[in-house]
Amino acid sequence: MPMRPSWSKWLIGGPPLFYLIVFFAIPTLIMLVASFRHVGPWGGLAPLIEQGATGWQLDLTLDNYARLFADSLYLRLFFRSFVYAFVTTALCLLMAYPLAMLVARSARRYRDLLLLLVILPFWSNFLIRIYAWIIILGPQSVFVGALNSGLEWIGLEPVRLLYTPFAVVVGLVYVHLPFMVLPLYATLEKLDPALLDAAQDLGANAWHRFWKVIFPLSLPGVYAGSALVFIPAFGIFALPDLLGGTGGTMIGNVIKQQFLDSRDWPFGSVLSAVLTLVAIIIAGAVALAARRSRA
Amino acid sequence: MALLELRNVTRRFGDFRAVDDVTLSIESGEFFTLLGPSGCGKTTLLRVVAGFDTADTGSVVLDGRDMSGIAPEARDVHTVFQSYALFPHMSVADNIAFPLRMAKVPAAQIRDRVEEALEDVHLTGMGQRFPSELSGGQRQRVAVARALISRPKLLLLDEPLAALDAKLKERVQLELINLQKEIGITFIYVTHDQSEALALSDRIAVMKDGRVEQVDEPSRIYGFPKNRFVADFIGHCNLLEGRLQAGTESLCEAVLDKVGAIKVAHPDKGVATGHGVLALRPENVAIGRTLPDEPEMNLFSGRVQDLLYLGDVTVYIVEVEGGGRLEALLPNHRSGQATFYQPGDEVTVGWRFDAGHFLFD
Repeated sequence: MPMRPSWSKWLIGGPPLFYLIVFFAIPTLIMLVASFRHVGPWGGLAPLIEQGATGWQLDLTLDNYARLFADSLYLRLFFRSFVYAFVTTALCLLMAYPLAMLVARSARRYRDLLLLLVILPFWSNFLIRIYAWIIILGPQSVFVGALNSGLEWIGLEPVRLLYTPFAVVVGLVYVHLPFMVLPLYATLEKLDPALLDAAQDLGANAWHRFWKVIFPLSLPGVYAGSALVFIPAFGIFALPDLLGGTGGTMIGNVIKQQFLDSRDWPFGSVLSAVLTLVAIIIAGAVALAARRSRA
Repeated sequence: MALLELRNVTRRFGDFRAVDDVTLSIESGEFFTLLGPSGCGKTTLLRVVAGFDTADTGSVVLDGRDMSGIAPEARDVHTVFQSYALFPHMSVADNIAFPLRMAKVPAAQIRDRVEEALEDVHLTGMGQRFPSELSGGQRQRVAVARALISRPKLLLLDEPLAALDAKLKERVQLELINLQKEIGITFIYVTHDQSEALALSDRIAVMKDGRVEQVDEPSRIYGFPKNRFVADFIGHCNLLEGRLQAGTESLCEAVLDKVGAIKVAHPDKGVATGHGVLALRPENVAIGRTLPDEPEMNLFSGRVQDLLYLGDVTVYIVEVEGGGRLEALLPNHRSGQATFYQPGDEVTVGWRFDAGHFLFD
């Protein structure tokens, strides 16, 4: 086959590359630089280059990073966000796996329909779906009413569900579930049924067929789905804003506050930079694990 | 007592009978082949024996024990799948060890037995490789080693050579026979390739449309096909329509359409006359410019229509004066350097009266 001329490579790859540079790489760099700058007199950023006693000089500082470690509040928020994202990922995996398996094993003509049902929630707006959860988890809802009268009946205190960490995790799981189902389905659907026949033929019961054959071969999907759930869940802010109340605040909320309410852009950038770094580390670890599982 | 008894096994899919009233008895230590064209039900029958499929009626009795309701993992029967179905995420050694691990054999013992199994299939030192790093022939051997390591009573092989090239196939066939004789495990082998079946088997069951047409040793199947289908399916065969006239105990007369009157051995059936076909192997048909006119020969003159040069042999297609066509096969070492008959040549074809078999409809 003749080599394609190199311009066609650029024609195809150029526009997305350009897009990523302009809307991802450059903003990330701006954010990184901002994390070393001072706050301006009315918030935002102080000028990057200032005229000092010795002429023009860069006005940079490490104080913003020092502040991150000075107050344990921020590290605790990072930790809490990590725990929420982790629990969300684990719950999504637990719920998505049987679902993906069900879809992958159903008759071919139903699979598209079932997949459509999995992504159906995307057809309505994210905020509207979260508002729906406010109603479902709110004190007036039939569900919570029934739960509390049940608790009362067995002699326990009624509970509040909305504006708690519980509500945040419920919302996170609800929003992210499809991102776990789809990659899991993709790997499970490819699984050769002859392998399961072989395992059974050679003496494996249902438990062993799952743990020795199905699960190890689905690991690429498990890793991909976990990354797709964990990373966005880690930095999310709108959902804990609406469902979390004060007890359910995550690091994303603080970042939003720094930029919009406190107008402390440098410190907001510090938190964002650390969040991005953690996400990159996790994505890297997942990619490494996935490569190892394929080898 | 037979190791495996199939008694009136029928498996329906809707109105379609994939396996239709099959009764077979397979002896311990036998290399038994189910042979038939695709869709004849041989794979379904194999799946019924393995336990992946259940007979609608009839029973499967293994070593005196009825297998109904017994799951595949609980049957002392292992399968070599057509695709081999090696676990891609496990090394060769882990693949082979799988049945032992499932049977909770102690780890130290597993290691020794895997080593031994690798040696048996000439893969010593390959234990740490992954299936994706092996050639087709090596994968096939891993699949056989894995299926045999826990010494099942019965090994089922579903077209295990279909994915191999012709040269390799021949070598693997010899390996399979030797391995089977060495370990003495009963093999049931499924194939649509008649030459494979003839080469490997102690006995062959020829299947068609879910039914068993004939069960016999390879030489009996080839030499004495019971009906038109078996004659046609196994090897090449001239099938000449005609009518058997009355005759004596040992010799009958028949009239073949478009050929003429012939002498034929008595078909060994109660029917004295009737319509049917003469099954005549091409290698039993002599061809020459002239042939000695002996009383036991059927001779017809004709003209060469076509020839297929196959290296070791040449197949001539001859049209006799009545208009019928016959295939004659001539080994090339006999025809000398270059004395091939050419299309258009006048020749005589003939066969001994007992070379063909008359099969009633």
